[in-house]
Amino acid sequence: MTTASYVGIEVELNDEGFFTDPSAWREEMAPMIAKEMGIDELTDEHWRVIRFVRDRYLQTGGGPSVRVLGKTSGVEVKDLYRLFPKGPAKQAAKIAGIPKPVGCI
Amino acid sequence: MSTVIVIGAGTAGTLVANRLAKQLSPNDTIIAIDQDNSHLYQPGLLFVPFGKAKPSKLTRPRAAQLSRRVTYIQASVESIDTKANTVFLKDRSPIPYDVAVIASGSRVVTEETEGLIGEGWLKDAFTFYTLEGATALRDRLANFTSGRIVVNVVDMPIKCPVAPLEFCFLVDAFFSDRSTRDKVKITYVTPLDGAFTKPVCSSILGSMLNDRNVELITEFNTGSVDYASNTLVSYDGRTVPFDIAVLIPPHAGAEFIFKSPGLGDEFGFIPTEPKSLVSKVASNIFVIGDATDIPASKAGSVAHFEGEVVCNNVLHYLKSEPFEETFDGHANCFIESGHKKAMLIDFNYETEPLPGKFPLRIGAPLLKESRINHLGKLAFAWVYWHVLLKGRDIPLIGSQMPKSGKQFSTKPVREVTPTQSQESH
Repeated sequence: MTTASYVGIEVELNDEGFFTDPSAWREEMAPMIAKEMGIDELTDEHWRVIRFVRDRYLQTGGGPSVRVLGKTSGVEVKDLYRLFPKGPAKQAAKIAGIPKPVGCI
Repeated sequence: MSTVIVIGAGTAGTLVANRLAKQLSPNDTIIAIDQDNSHLYQPGLLFVPFGKAKPSKLTRPRAAQLSRRVTYIQASVESIDTKANTVFLKDRSPIPYDVAVIASGSRVVTEETEGLIGEGWLKDAFTFYTLEGATALRDRLANFTSGRIVVNVVDMPIKCPVAPLEFCFLVDAFFSDRSTRDKVKITYVTPLDGAFTKPVCSSILGSMLNDRNVELITEFNTGSVDYASNTLVSYDGRTVPFDIAVLIPPHAGAEFIFKSPGLGDEFGFIPTEPKSLVSKVASNIFVIGDATDIPASKAGSVAHFEGEVVCNNVLHYLKSEPFEETFDGHANCFIESGHKKAMLIDFNYETEPLPGKFPLRIGAPLLKESRINHLGKLAFAWVYWHVLLKGRDIPLIGSQMPKSGKQFSTKPVREVTPTQSQESH
């Protein structure tokens, strides 16, 4: 467990850098988290995915997989990788302050 | 005088229809529907590529597995109207129901991955998740002497999530037995960040791959298959070359679910209450087996453990009683590890697969290779046709996960075996 400070607010992150408490997240934190991962600017396209991921988490209690994102977010998988080159499901989940999407069993 | 309709007569549909036959009143009608009359013993598919199971021995007529109390209709389901409580069939009259149990399973969808169905399909790339694919792969492996075999899970969820790892263990043993193992490179490519989803199991299975010199490539999301160069290409631009690709394509629910408004999610799986197995769509629709969206393995053992709860809740619905919420996500799988050995894993929603003994403190070893587990896996075919499909309980193995033999990390369970019980730990 580590802590990080975004827009002056201290938040707790787990060992892999995901929020331990998704309710601590604020939209203003997103650009700073993204920058740490090498995404310098969050475009409208990025935001569409981030908000989608966040909403889905609030509705279902889990983050969507890449395949779910490709089918339901309105952004195709190829474009998702363009936006989040190191893995859309994980990166978008981190930026949206939600837990790591777990693989189905 | 109610009509209960069971859609799908595979593992889940057959066992639930047979359970209902024993429990419903003689005045009630039980109908089971499937599109063909060939019931496939799916656990046998894993052995077909190695010549250890005959394809012709893996199927039996669906109708013959059902109780005489059940009316079997062979027809394709077109859609379900959940508001009008009616099932629509191809070239037949619609059937109205009081209760529907959806047991239509999951299927591999080969068209979702770019290039997969191309010139190399069933020549250099296969899946053993279908009888056709497993048989074609058997013929290719028989003449294969050297090169790269890549086993790739394209995306989750899949049926029997341990089967691709079992395939790696068996292909290693297959070429070891032929003394050509040093000429064959085996690679396991997965979208997960480890060999498996559950941490303890993942690390044990990961080291088993390592022991067998199987290369592990993680977090690989296959975007396309390129037969011009025989490579798998990930969405983030990585490539894995192959001579033989053994692919596990993404899965989806039955086609009729996509044509039934409000019934399924984006993959055609049906939103289901995890503990009662009542669908979230309507209180007279129940879901069992691979067709659900619950966070349990898509495996025959899960369908078996679900059978009791589904059946009880159908009865509760017909008597206007409250539903029971007793399903705990119990799954129990043998993992064939090659050279006539196998491991056993047993887990549920809350408890990941742990070492120990099953079902009690004395029993088969969990998460550990043994000959007894291999014999268990072989004996399971008989149990499947004669006990599980009949909707009977298996002695000593209840639908809820047993805890007594498992080694929970906070409170280790002492192994009680004849040789160790004398010793003090």
